[in-house]
Amino acid sequence: MPAYASHPLSEQSTGQEIQSFEFPWQRSPDQDAYALSGAVAHHPIVIVGAGPAGLSLAIDLAQRGQRVLLLDNDARLSTGSRAICFAKRTLEIWDRLGVGQAMCDKGVQWQMGKVFLGSEQLYGFNLLPEPGHERPAFINLQQYYAEAYLAIRAAQLPTLEIRWRNTVTALEQPLIAAGLPGPGLHAPAGERGPRPVRLMIETPEGPYTITADYVAACDGSRSSLRTLLGQQSTGQVFRDRFLIADVRMQAPFPTERWFWFDPPFHPNQSVLLHRQPDDVWRIDFQLGWDVNPDEEKRPERVRPRVDAMMRQAIGHEVPFELEWASVYTFSCQRMASFRHGHVLFAGDSAHGVSPFGARGANSSVQDSDNLAWKLDLVLRGIAPEALLASYAAEREYAADENILNSTRSTDFITPKSPISKLFRDATLNLAREHDFARRLVNSGRLSVPATLTASRLNTPDCDHFEGTLMPGAPAPDAPMPNESKWLLRCLAGNDFHALIFDGPQTNAIMRIIESAFRDGPGPQIGTYQAPLPPVNLPVNIVIVPCEGLAAKRYDASPGTTYLLRPDQHVCARWRAPTAALVRAALGRALALDTSP
Amino acid sequence: MTLITSPNLEAPDEFYEALIECHRGLSDEASHALNARLVLLLANQVGSLQILKQALRAARAGATEPLSPEHAPAGPR
Repeated sequence: MPAYASHPLSEQSTGQEIQSFEFPWQRSPDQDAYALSGAVAHHPIVIVGAGPAGLSLAIDLAQRGQRVLLLDNDARLSTGSRAICFAKRTLEIWDRLGVGQAMCDKGVQWQMGKVFLGSEQLYGFNLLPEPGHERPAFINLQQYYAEAYLAIRAAQLPTLEIRWRNTVTALEQPLIAAGLPGPGLHAPAGERGPRPVRLMIETPEGPYTITADYVAACDGSRSSLRTLLGQQSTGQVFRDRFLIADVRMQAPFPTERWFWFDPPFHPNQSVLLHRQPDDVWRIDFQLGWDVNPDEEKRPERVRPRVDAMMRQAIGHEVPFELEWASVYTFSCQRMASFRHGHVLFAGDSAHGVSPFGARGANSSVQDSDNLAWKLDLVLRGIAPEALLASYAAEREYAADENILNSTRSTDFITPKSPISKLFRDATLNLAREHDFARRLVNSGRLSVPATLTASRLNTPDCDHFEGTLMPGAPAPDAPMPNESKWLLRCLAGNDFHALIFDGPQTNAIMRIIESAFRDGPGPQIGTYQAPLPPVNLPVNIVIVPCEGLAAKRYDASPGTTYLLRPDQHVCARWRAPTAALVRAALGRALALDTSP
Repeated sequence: MTLITSPNLEAPDEFYEALIECHRGLSDEASHALNARLVLLLANQVGSLQILKQALRAARAGATEPLSPEHAPAGPR
């Protein structure tokens, strides 16, 4: 472990300090041993890429007691303007990882937005009209702050090691290459023989080699692991360019998202204005395809655009500092499969979206949330490899949903044909007067978590439930009735959770849940044949008074019981559970049940 | 629910006259924009996605221009 007495970064570090900070090079004992004798160290989990996905995944696994090695080819956190909007679900996941509060304390909360056409405001909107959630719909926070708080948390975990300036240059899966399956569910601990993954690593002091049981590729949109495996991320590339300008200024804007279609200061294009911490404003100018990106990001080209925007927005120019300017293009694409042998892809390496909707970093953190508990249970020999297949299936589905939403937004913002523009303009025109048309205006459908309704880990309802909550959805937050705490805060541990809505049967249901988890799903479930170890899974039982918003959001009656996965997604629910029902649902949620 | 294609207008001739009258004096461009707004308003009145898709198919079937190959629907025609 790096020998920091305390972490060099803190929650008080400035953006400048974080962006300029370089983690000191530290040679690992693995490299010494390799150089000395050719010894190859083994790690159960190697994560490549210390961005939002890789850091979140590493923390989650380390909190579960796993020994985690995180490699990064650089020695710095994010710099410049990248992700800026972090959604409610991401904050809830980060609460479980111990960093949600730091993010919210620094972040700018917002929920109001305005949409303009030309110089006229078409309408305003409120993202979270529903009270009774601990976390807001969104916070705006520069990605470097988010990464810094994650890195600080990571340094507190004794089984998590980060090696900076360690670049993976080759990756082999010898078992798969030899046509053999993985080491199997119950390979005895310490068994020698070929390891599933072999990684060649380059450092400032030369190369070394390690092996791993599993590798998580969180190495970004230009993923080198994806290339090393001969894989691609494919999809639609949009022929449009956008200029990002991050400007620091004292400006009397409210904390709102402002989106202009065809403003007089930037005709025929769109402009998006967002507030970030430290009086920094992020402005996205749509430029069209036929511009020179190197020209457009020069300060003397950017500054007049900002001045013109200010004259329109508040009637005069204000002095500002240009913190960052870049020109970007984007595509909506994903890998065909997020799982290749013992290598699992998460975050931008697996999928990419347009920025409208804040679905990039948010979906990356949801990937890691989905993957961590599954990797943990597979490594412990409690669940089969099929649980990792469910990671790929669930997050490929979520990626498709994000790509669909972000493609629709992009088609509205950047119409691709004259008739598409005609309808876009007709929609905007009607939105002035008519509420229905405002629902059609699409300047980004902001990130909400995927509801994994089609997942094989779900147990279909056998009882009737009203409302929008269904198996596969993340558990909604609510105030705990009669207590000054939040429901999701009671689901902070690493285990499966059982929510029992209080009633006369509460004690009996508790015994049912406890016995089902003590006895485990058993080898008789479905057609799964492999011998299972004795299962004695811990379970977090939460008794919820059957009243208030909590009962309403879960459509609960006394005795209603929800079984939640460790990532807080609903996997089963009953009005009156029995041990057999709970054991069967647990079997499904662990991917032990292979029946359709 | 099914798209109504049997006569359903209260006063067909009056509607048709009003439709043409609504466009009077507009340039082609302005007329196209009006039509687009009209489609959106009527779509909201219909509401049902299923019916709207049936209407889109029925309208598309009336397209007389030959389809360019990349826009042609798959399958035998």
